[in-house]
Amino acid sequence: MNDIANRKWVWIGGLVLLAALCVLPFLVKNFRVFQFNMVMIYAIAVLGLNILTGYNGQISLGHGAFYAIGAYIAAILMDRAGIPYWSTLPVAALACFVFGYLMGFPALRLGGHYLALATFALALAVPQMLKYKAIEGWTGGVQGIVLSKPEPPFEFSFLGQPLSSDRWLYFYILFVTLIMFLIAWRLLRGRVGRALVAIRDHPIAASAMGINLPVYKSLAFGVSAAFTGVAGALSAAAVAFVSPDSFTSFLSITFLVGVVVGGLASIPGAIAGAIFIQFVPNFADEISKSAPWAIYGIFLILLMYLMPEGTAGLFRRIWARLRPSSSGTKTAETAPAISTAAPQSVGGSQS
Amino acid sequence: MEALFHQIFAGISNGVIYASIGLALVMIHQATHHINFAQGEMATFSTFIAWALVNSGWPYWGAFFATVAVSFLGGLLIQRTILKPVEKAPVLTNVIVFVGLLVIFNAVAGMIFDHTIKSFPSPFPKDTGIATQYFSAHQFGSVAVMLVVLAALYAFFRFTPIGLAMRAAAQNPDSAKLVGVRVSWMLGVGWGLAAAIGAVAGMMVAPIVFLDPNMMSGILLYGFAAALLGGIDNAWGAVIGGFIVGILENLLGAYVIGTELKLTVALILIVGTLTLKPDGLFGKAVVTRV
Repeated sequence: MNDIANRKWVWIGGLVLLAALCVLPFLVKNFRVFQFNMVMIYAIAVLGLNILTGYNGQISLGHGAFYAIGAYIAAILMDRAGIPYWSTLPVAALACFVFGYLMGFPALRLGGHYLALATFALALAVPQMLKYKAIEGWTGGVQGIVLSKPEPPFEFSFLGQPLSSDRWLYFYILFVTLIMFLIAWRLLRGRVGRALVAIRDHPIAASAMGINLPVYKSLAFGVSAAFTGVAGALSAAAVAFVSPDSFTSFLSITFLVGVVVGGLASIPGAIAGAIFIQFVPNFADEISKSAPWAIYGIFLILLMYLMPEGTAGLFRRIWARLRPSSSGTKTAETAPAISTAAPQSVGGSQS
Repeated sequence: MEALFHQIFAGISNGVIYASIGLALVMIHQATHHINFAQGEMATFSTFIAWALVNSGWPYWGAFFATVAVSFLGGLLIQRTILKPVEKAPVLTNVIVFVGLLVIFNAVAGMIFDHTIKSFPSPFPKDTGIATQYFSAHQFGSVAVMLVVLAALYAFFRFTPIGLAMRAAAQNPDSAKLVGVRVSWMLGVGWGLAAAIGAVAGMMVAPIVFLDPNMMSGILLYGFAAALLGGIDNAWGAVIGGFIVGILENLLGAYVIGTELKLTVALILIVGTLTLKPDGLFGKAVVTRV
């Protein structure tokens, strides 16, 4: 009874939200629309990293590399092969899936810190590889590739605002974002998601339950890389420019910030994380060039102490307090195994 | 042949830097089983302090030792305040805190000291007798300084009571605590030492690569590669690994792949070592009881 009423409200709320999202780009300036585009793109990338790090417990500091690969594949296909922008996505997704899967193989033998280290090395090395002389004909070397933004296929005007390329891209990216989130939701809310969480929380018990650890872990890596690659491909179209220096190791750290701020192992958290990494640097930039990073760093450390479940965890806690009967059990199920200090360690750290 | 020797000697002088960064990583890893991602950024920050001191008129060696002391205290302080609460927390928490430190040090260095590239003085005069056609005076001097640091560390761990206590704390924290070693403080001292070694390495490498907030990111990667190649739980392994990585990097850069892909060499070394021989060349195999 309660459930059915709930579901009805979820549908109504979803439709209202969708309508609001469709009207939104016509209410603001072109530049804001571009920023919203980047929020959605980052949300996909953060979601991708969250599948791997939040749900499967494999730490990656190198997802900027997959983002770069996705962006470059899309840019090269659009620029050199003249393929339309929308058909670059499956190619980028597939290529990044393969790259991620291959990276997932050594990752099987690396736990925790070592995986973070290997992926960090990947993030540092990729910009250099993109500058490499032998592939300059494809990648454009240090200069990168300049693209043109896709033109809207039809003329349209609403609330006195024309459908510009940015606004057209907005709807295109919104569509892709919805699909990617739906895929992630279907994937993580079922058998596969439970298997990934089980591997994260107790690998030995998981394999004793019959979960094929190598297959699931490398698949998680592949899927995660594919998500981030799609985000990269979208960014190539949205920014209309790719260059090695847009994909430094700090981009990977940005995604990690997004995951931590949004909340580990949370699908909607990815959106909160993306909003954070898009808009906080804008405000902080006015203080000084380095301020955004100082703020990122402080947030990373403080969140680990104060709010290890991120924004999503905060909302979950508020929700559970408001409706203790229906949502009380859900917090325990999806909350990641993360805490600032295990209880038994209290005696150990006093000396 | 002469060019080959030149490359090998240049590799040795780079290698000693990688060895010391690797050694700093090994020290923290031995005590806590963590890998300090902020090691390079901390070293860069220390080097900036030295730069500021030298520029405000301090004599080089005065600035050098002041920087080492400040770095030691800074490392100790960071461990006591920021890392102690997460000592026993899951790996992910620790990695995120380390990354947070990395970002903060990088940003603060950029904020205080600007992003422009600065030249850093070398304490070793250019035209001395020891400079040969293979070895510049600075290369020779930095190798000597790093060797002195390594020898001092060895003596510290081998012959002093604190060194013994630190080794005990790293090897068997529970028993060490029972005999009265303050294990948590030993970790702090370890962090201080690692920061001090990083500071020396930073000051030695800065005259070669120039000083800017991102100076150490590549060097840190080679330090990682050195530590892993030698075995992350073996201090001597890290030193030998550093020399191997330094020479390999120079030879491959000069003859095989060119200088543009040097970081890729480090990537391949890291992934290759971790995949093919995860314990490194000199580390001992870790067996975990299920």
